[in-house]
Amino acid sequence: MKEVKDIDTLDFETRNQPEEKAEKQTLASQLKYLLLGIGFGIVLVKAEVISWFRIQEMFRLESFHMYGVIGTAVVVGIISVQIIKRFNMKSLSGEPIKLEAKPFSKGQIYGGLLFGFGWALTGACPGPIYAQIGTGVSVFIITLLSAVAGTWFYGLIREKLPH
Amino acid sequence: MLDLLKQPWHWSVAGVIIGLFVPLLLITGNKALGISSSMRHICAAILPAKIPYFKYNWKKQSWNLIFVSGVLIGGWIASHLLANPEPIKIADTTKTYLQTLGIQEFGALVPTDLFSWEGLFTLRGFIFIVVGGFLVGFGTRYAGGCTSGHSIMGLSNLQLPSLIATICFMVGGFIVTWLVIPYL
Repeated sequence: MKEVKDIDTLDFETRNQPEEKAEKQTLASQLKYLLLGIGFGIVLVKAEVISWFRIQEMFRLESFHMYGVIGTAVVVGIISVQIIKRFNMKSLSGEPIKLEAKPFSKGQIYGGLLFGFGWALTGACPGPIYAQIGTGVSVFIITLLSAVAGTWFYGLIREKLPH
Repeated sequence: MLDLLKQPWHWSVAGVIIGLFVPLLLITGNKALGISSSMRHICAAILPAKIPYFKYNWKKQSWNLIFVSGVLIGGWIASHLLANPEPIKIADTTKTYLQTLGIQEFGALVPTDLFSWEGLFTLRGFIFIVVGGFLVGFGTRYAGGCTSGHSIMGLSNLQLPSLIATICFMVGGFIVTWLVIPYL
């Protein structure tokens, strides 16, 4: 059990979320995440980053489009995080904004490669899978179910995997 | 204005907006952008099966599930209310190459000859849709994040592990694109 806990701390996305003691999970407080998600979904589609063709262009180095989108997003993200840190900004509920570092794990190499294989095949990372279902390509429901199955299978065998 | 929104958005505009989701989520509720963890929450909610990795209070992370529901709705809005009337303009070299692989449908965002219910029941479609999806879910969880959690959120916070993950995402994508897809 001890070891499981250690591996758990590697999972940044879940670990990074602070306890929501101040924020009650009311409908209103959740509505803002729905609106943000809608905005994120719109930009993913309008930038065509959910397009299988755009992903092929990217991996075949035949277009700058995807590199431009991701590169610009990272630059804007870096500047934003630096501003948040410099001015010790707080979240809307008044908590200090926390950014914990993700520790290194071999999973970033092995898992990263496996995700890369899947990204090239489906032409979609997780966000675009959801957006793609929304656009009406209903067969992506199967892609989502497969991805959830892959996630579940990882949970099942993770203690046997190198980390 | 609406016509402007209906055109495909320039990479710089889209990149700025996507990047702004990092501070927007941090300021809104101290949330780190990350989509793939939603799939872990789905497992924890539906089929935890006594697996330790899925034994946690997923309801505390419900914002993430609500966010991805929003992404789905956003996909609908963008493709129905803000749809680009023109077919997607991809590089001619990519198009010519894909035609040699037998892809004929270039009108939608995805090749409908591969991603369709009829395609699902062919070996080729099964590999693209089902095997690909499985690798996305397994790989992102193993890597501890996806394009949003590592490549955007993690790199924004200048984390070396996220750079390693991002390089591996790209290497994996290059391997399959150049060495596997031509033979599928």
